[in-house]
Amino acid sequence: MKRKTLSTIAVHAALVAGSIVTLAPLLWMVSASFMSSGEANTSPPPLLPGRATLDQYRELFVRLDLGRSFLNSALLATCAALLSVVVNAAAGYAFAKLRFPARGPLFSGLLAAMVIPGQVAMLPVFLLLRSMGLVNSYAGVILPGVASIFGIFLVRQYAASVPDELLDAARIDGAGELRIFWSIVLPLCRPILVTLGVLTFLGTWNDFMWPLIVLTDDTKWTLTVALASLSGEHVQDTELMMAGAVVTVLPALLLFLALQRSYIDGITAGGLKE
Amino acid sequence: MRALAAGLLLAAATACTRGGDRDRPRAALGLRARGEVVRELVPELERRHPGLKVEVQQIPWTAAHEKLLTGFVGREMPDVAQMGNTWIPEMAALDAIEPLDARVAASASVRPDDYYPGIWETNVLDGALYGIPWYVDTRLVFYRSDLLAAAGVLGMPRSWSGWREAMVAVKRTGGPGRFGLLLPTNEWAQPVTLAVAAGAELLSDGGRHGAFAAPEFRRAAEFFIGLYRDGLAPPLANSQVANLYQQMAAGEFAMYVTGPWNLGEFRRRLPASLQGSWATAPLPAPDGMPWPGVSLAGGSSLVVFRSSPRKDAAWKVVEFLSEPATQKRFWALCGDLPARRSAWDEPALAGDGRTASFRLQLEHVRATPKVPEWEQIAAKVWERLEPVARGAKGLDESLARLDADVETILEKRRWLLDRKAAGARK
Amino acid sequence: MRGLSSWRAREARSGLLLVAPGLLLLSAFLALPVVASLLLSLTDFDLYAVGDPSNARVVGLRNYARLLHDPVFWKALGNTFFFVVVGGPLTVSLALGTALLLNHKLVRFPGLFRTIYFAPVVTTLVAVAAVWKYLYHPRFGLLNAALGLFGVGAIDWLGDPHWAMPAIVLMAAWKNFGASMIIFVAGLKAIPESLYEAARLDGAGPWQRFRLITVPLLAPTFLFVGLTTTIGYFQLFAEPYVMSGGDGGPMNATLSVALFMYKQGFRWWSIGASASIAFVLFAVILGATLLQRRLQKGGEA
Repeated sequence: MKRKTLSTIAVHAALVAGSIVTLAPLLWMVSASFMSSGEANTSPPPLLPGRATLDQYRELFVRLDLGRSFLNSALLATCAALLSVVVNAAAGYAFAKLRFPARGPLFSGLLAAMVIPGQVAMLPVFLLLRSMGLVNSYAGVILPGVASIFGIFLVRQYAASVPDELLDAARIDGAGELRIFWSIVLPLCRPILVTLGVLTFLGTWNDFMWPLIVLTDDTKWTLTVALASLSGEHVQDTELMMAGAVVTVLPALLLFLALQRSYIDGITAGGLKE
Repeated sequence: MRALAAGLLLAAATACTRGGDRDRPRAALGLRARGEVVRELVPELERRHPGLKVEVQQIPWTAAHEKLLTGFVGREMPDVAQMGNTWIPEMAALDAIEPLDARVAASASVRPDDYYPGIWETNVLDGALYGIPWYVDTRLVFYRSDLLAAAGVLGMPRSWSGWREAMVAVKRTGGPGRFGLLLPTNEWAQPVTLAVAAGAELLSDGGRHGAFAAPEFRRAAEFFIGLYRDGLAPPLANSQVANLYQQMAAGEFAMYVTGPWNLGEFRRRLPASLQGSWATAPLPAPDGMPWPGVSLAGGSSLVVFRSSPRKDAAWKVVEFLSEPATQKRFWALCGDLPARRSAWDEPALAGDGRTASFRLQLEHVRATPKVPEWEQIAAKVWERLEPVARGAKGLDESLARLDADVETILEKRRWLLDRKAAGARK
Repeated sequence: MRGLSSWRAREARSGLLLVAPGLLLLSAFLALPVVASLLLSLTDFDLYAVGDPSNARVVGLRNYARLLHDPVFWKALGNTFFFVVVGGPLTVSLALGTALLLNHKLVRFPGLFRTIYFAPVVTTLVAVAAVWKYLYHPRFGLLNAALGLFGVGAIDWLGDPHWAMPAIVLMAAWKNFGASMIIFVAGLKAIPESLYEAARLDGAGPWQRFRLITVPLLAPTFLFVGLTTTIGYFQLFAEPYVMSGGDGGPMNATLSVALFMYKQGFRWWSIGASASIAFVLFAVILGATLLQRRLQKGGEA
């Protein structure tokens, strides 16, 4: 029994120590965001603000208009998540349950395409968006990422478990395929669709490079682009930057906490069922 | 009648450096960012020209260069823009901006002789004028007069050797935590400013080849590298300087070669007790050359885009922003130095010794080579000199390699020039 | 019979209809651009050509040849390999270590710890990179202050070319290990407890149980995690971009292949050269993937 207690303590000590190290950067970020200007740049670095202040946040929202970028990010991420769920669910379900010409080759093609690094396509995609007139538009940010091979896989694996009998029964009742997809398959696949939605939402929320390239107009900027541009001009203002970081990171963390189960299930599903 | 809409795209960028002015915060200025200030000036402009509507867009200087290019490629261009004057050759090569000679000739308010010649010259390419200087920018020495005095140096030296001796003295009296000069390693403007002062051409043969192994550039590079080697300047990139003003106040650097945006910053950010102890001075000159040393002709110009369907309205915006009265107001609101000499009679500008150094320096400025590839070449300059500054590579080898890099970068330009020459012969 | 075949036809039609949006988008934004990129990489398409396409020349493999002679490219490739070879194993072993701890039978609140370790994964890279930039500051940074407690002298993490890449590795490991950890946890959970019981009855100690049961049964998960981490790490871009202000400095010490490609393409508009870098990166990733697949097959045989 003694040995068991000892190893319990050892395991927990290791876990707690690891947690502290893992959380330290985030905790410091929050703490520094409440410091007054210049306070963080002292030696030795203070862990807590001498007197907590909301000055940095006021500066961000009142003067620098970060609220607008915040709304842009929220809007873009929501639209991207919804579109991505519909498009990838449709393809994933079709690959799982419907027989159509060239299904096998198409699917192998997708598999192979998974190793293509996104950067290869970037420049031509930009030129393509230009020819479509989508540079500096939200559609230009969202569209290239809507269809995702990973997303199609995720849904396909899940949809495979939908019983064929159920679909056949609906067909016999005279339901059209689109109707079956919409009112039977989608509800049944809800858990994986939530996962996909959360993944896409967070991916879009956190994405930086593509909105940076596509969006010209500062009123359309997402939070990450605005933050990166702040870090160019305010590199001296540690506390202000930390407040900006909190504003950017917090919604993502909260969403994750709220939907943690589906999010993690999705990642594991992608990982294990290969 | 449809109202005219001229979009003003504002790159809140400084002229001569990209990636240079990391030390340039915007919000904490107390003075306001240019975009906001221009927005404030717009009502007056619209009042004067009924029917003209101006929409101001702002882009941060960090991404300004990329954004202008993506804007051009993506066909998302405004009618009028502010642009660092080193970008003008690039935009002219793209045929993106409009020559302005005819408009200037017809203009009652834009008078070329009211501008600093060295700055005006940066906007002229093959005899055609592509931009109107809006505000001006050059680099000179900001220094802590108290630290220099404590080291026995009275007044800013006027020659390179005197300058160096001053740094040695500061270092000697100030102990290990103090450096003579802050010279960020990742700013091409630092070595290039010195090179221009030493008379380096930078490129030769009409911008066909690099001239970095030439004696003038070498002389400047040697002086520059020596400052790091002998511990007179810390080999820091500006991203490593956490808070320049705190560190300046703490006496870590006695001198700093930088631009006019720091006039306001030093005033605001250095503690009150130090406000009497800092000054500016024109650049020292290489020994044997006349003082002051030549500096870079930086600044920002207003350009009109080819693609604009409203060029006349766009020109009205340019004229308005160029008026001496507007320039004075602009200076008062955001601290950028006016491009027009007649705006400098403003008492607050004329009476300030620190600003006066800029006025003197601005009469001694030279443009960087006017080739579209300059920004790319400039990036190579510090890429090649940084290892030397850190003691990792030899100077001669690095300069030879720099020339070779530039030779490759300019290959396309040579081909285009040759093709054009061949076409002209036919 | 007629009913069945019309049913089939309808199914085929609907199937095509449902995959169409996804496949169309993928062809437009993936397949087509990749082909275009390949063609562009054979030209000197650049700033001048953007203004006037007749200024572009077909140059064959010159862009690739130039890359081979460009020390900056080799530097970038070296940095990228360093990141993969050092950062990959570090990330995976951190993930495996925490997963094993979390999977320990005695752990209370495994869900809480799992959430904590996973938190960095969902944070926004641009934001946490800014945080780490300050943590790494030689004088005011928390990291040096912490190291100072152990008598370690101040390290100029992002300023010293020798430390800059390790600094990026460290941050990336912190940011990413949680994702792999989750997969390891699931992999460990999938191993039936009865196997361990049986081994225990046979007298196997903890180490033997780990070696004989955990290691072989976790191997597929391990290989999957290794593969995805490798592929992802080869595409290193955003970390150095944000940490170095877009330059990949100091002295190109944090310039990755993808960042080099970005600079060539979007900063200097050497589009042809940029495309050739993209394909070299593609080839490298493909090679690494095939190598790992082969190792996997070899392991299974």
